[in-house]
Amino acid sequence: MMNSIPIDWIWGLVGGLLIGTGGAVYLLANGRIMGASGILGGLVDRTGWDTWKERVVFLLGVFLLPIPLYPLYREVDTHVTGNWAVLIAAGLLVGIGTRFANGCTSGHGVCGISRFSLRGIVATVFYIIAGGVAVIIFRHLLGIV
Amino acid sequence: MQRLFYAFVAGGLFGAGLFVSGMTDTTKVQGWLDVFGDWDPTLAFVMGGAIIPMFIAWRFVPGRKPLVGGDFPKLPRPEVNRDLVLGSTLFGFGWGLAGLCPGPSVASLSYGGVGHWVFFAAMMAGMAITPALRVSLDRAVPAE
Repeated sequence: MMNSIPIDWIWGLVGGLLIGTGGAVYLLANGRIMGASGILGGLVDRTGWDTWKERVVFLLGVFLLPIPLYPLYREVDTHVTGNWAVLIAAGLLVGIGTRFANGCTSGHGVCGISRFSLRGIVATVFYIIAGGVAVIIFRHLLGIV
Repeated sequence: MQRLFYAFVAGGLFGAGLFVSGMTDTTKVQGWLDVFGDWDPTLAFVMGGAIIPMFIAWRFVPGRKPLVGGDFPKLPRPEVNRDLVLGSTLFGFGWGLAGLCPGPSVASLSYGGVGHWVFFAAMMAGMAITPALRVSLDRAVPAE
């Protein structure tokens, strides 16, 4: 007998639908692409300074809405590494990489793939392969993460 | 004001979705990338779920205007170039290393502990130095 579908997959699908609905609202209401790195990056390097209020309010929503949902979740633990060197290196790579590529998992992944964007698909292939390689090297070979 | 309201709704849905999907749990993200270990397919369900409403939303774009006015964004030319490939590779490497990408890093700031602030600060620093890095790279290796 097949086991039932793991509950994590169902939560994943539900969460994904919420994420995509957020992207749909941002696109159809405000005419904007919901890309986290672009929204953040435009504030940091000031290229999006003319729309700073919209960006800050969006990020506030991302930051605040998980808080009332804590009771929903099995455990509020992100299991993040305590190794600051890893966190700093990873943060720098994510910051630099997403700005160079002009998008991350939300912009290239969710918003790009859903319109069959060549750039979104290529970006997603590269960051998934690179992520897989990082896990092989740092988990299986070096045992750091 | 309307624009800010919808921005908050969109951000809220995004943050809530990242939270309930488990995508702020770094082990689930690294588990998805760990094809030679104990592979965790959750991320595929999240991506699939997120693409459905967005796919529908894109159908409404041609010939229309955004609800609050203005125009829909001009989409980039479908061009694969150095910055896209190099950037995505660097990003993916960092993503695998910590199990965090920009959206979840913001969504988890309230409950992830000090490590998430460290990652967030480093990510912002990386974004801040990118324009200068791009200039240096252009000088060293001209982008076609």
